[in-house]
Amino acid sequence: MKHLLSAADLDREEALTLLDTAEELASVTDRAVKKLPTLRGRTVANLFFEDSTRTRLSFEAAAKRLSADVITFTAKGSSVSKGETLKDTALTLEAMGAQVIVLRHHASGAAQRLAESGWIGASVINAGDGTHEHPTQALLDAYTLRQHLRGGSGDLQGLRVVIVGDILHSRVARSDVALLTTLGARVTLVAPPTLVPVGVESWNCDVTFDFDDALSDADAVMMLRVQSERMNAAYFPSAHEYSRRYGLDSMRAAQLPDHAVVLHPGPMNRGMEITAEVADGHRALIVDQVANGVSVRMAVLYQVLSSEEGAA
Amino acid sequence: MAAARVLDADDVGRVIGRIAHEILEKSRGSSGVILLGIPTRGVPLARRIADRMASIEGHPVPVGSLDVTMYRDDIGLRGPRPLSATDIPAEGIDDAIVVLVDDVLFSGRTIRAALDAVNDIGRPRAVRLAVLVDRGHRELPIRADHVGKNLPTSLAESVQVHLVETDGVDEVLLGSRDSS
Repeated sequence: MKHLLSAADLDREEALTLLDTAEELASVTDRAVKKLPTLRGRTVANLFFEDSTRTRLSFEAAAKRLSADVITFTAKGSSVSKGETLKDTALTLEAMGAQVIVLRHHASGAAQRLAESGWIGASVINAGDGTHEHPTQALLDAYTLRQHLRGGSGDLQGLRVVIVGDILHSRVARSDVALLTTLGARVTLVAPPTLVPVGVESWNCDVTFDFDDALSDADAVMMLRVQSERMNAAYFPSAHEYSRRYGLDSMRAAQLPDHAVVLHPGPMNRGMEITAEVADGHRALIVDQVANGVSVRMAVLYQVLSSEEGAA
Repeated sequence: MAAARVLDADDVGRVIGRIAHEILEKSRGSSGVILLGIPTRGVPLARRIADRMASIEGHPVPVGSLDVTMYRDDIGLRGPRPLSATDIPAEGIDDAIVVLVDDVLFSGRTIRAALDAVNDIGRPRAVRLAVLVDRGHRELPIRADHVGKNLPTSLAESVQVHLVETDGVDEVLLGSRDSS
């Protein structure tokens, strides 16, 4: 695996290898020495053109646990404001010795462009490109679901996952649908008609506009943030109406089966798509998702960097 | 050329018994001794040696597994290897006598990686090495304390250890590299 650009590129075997590797790497967190020497002397560059807390810190923690050096670039306060392009920024980072570039960019397809343009020889990991994909988020969601509902091994055969909210702007939803269905789960998308992307019928999932219909047989509910920064039009009448029809409150949570879990990729708008009560409740795995994110990203970095000179 | 069987099932059983006795003799009983098998075949070997020691001493001997993949010196040269489980007995390895168990001792690089891995887990009183077969050709200054069978080989030959737990049969085969 030279690059990780899209969750849709992973077949079942590759996805399971990543999850199993992450499972073994998670135990490092419980040791006195929370570090492995595996990627000593290698350099990982975080190239973030968009704001991020979790993903950037998580990649940084993952790289450091594997003893890699990390250089972090954020667009704010950089030469991007002077007009420097993605290509030149990437060339600069590669000249400083980066073998992997972890890219977060506001343009869909930026990671693929960087990987396939021939500009650089480094591996590229997509850490979110516009409204397209966020494959490591899908991996950590799959990992978290497997850990809590499948005992931490095997695939997600037969699991029913409901993804609710701003599907239109969500790269997480797109990556999740691809990966979770590859692993055998059945995904249902719930959103107001205005926030359902064109062409969703070609996705391998069901779509409904009524949240309450989807609750009773769900094993997991994944709430998405309403991405107001990407919204340049009125997609729903009011925040209050949105949260009444598509928000997860304790009334709706009570209709879920007892074993069902609640996920959110973060950052949350408490009171909008999820109430504080549910977000802090016993079903919520939101903090687990963050912890698992580090293990999953360690697995991705290991797979990408250990195949750099061997067969890809 | 067909592979020659150098050890059959009875030989493997006898060798495991002797190694168990040697470990007990050298450490004067099993107290403070922990066996760590190196995946894949070191793990069932460690378990069998521990069982044998337990039946001699009359109380259980802690046994675990130690995956050394992330400590190897050839990362990036051979493509990603799958990880195996590391499972350290709950009492930890601090101040214990850790006996590393592997099937074949060859270049010594796996054991070098294992020593680094042990170092990250704790500070044992001593680390020893037990192997079923020592085939020579060391590339590092490493030797085994307990050897099941010394098997002089050429680099063109391959040594294959088969165990009931992983391969359905106990045997050690010596063949040529391309026939393996």
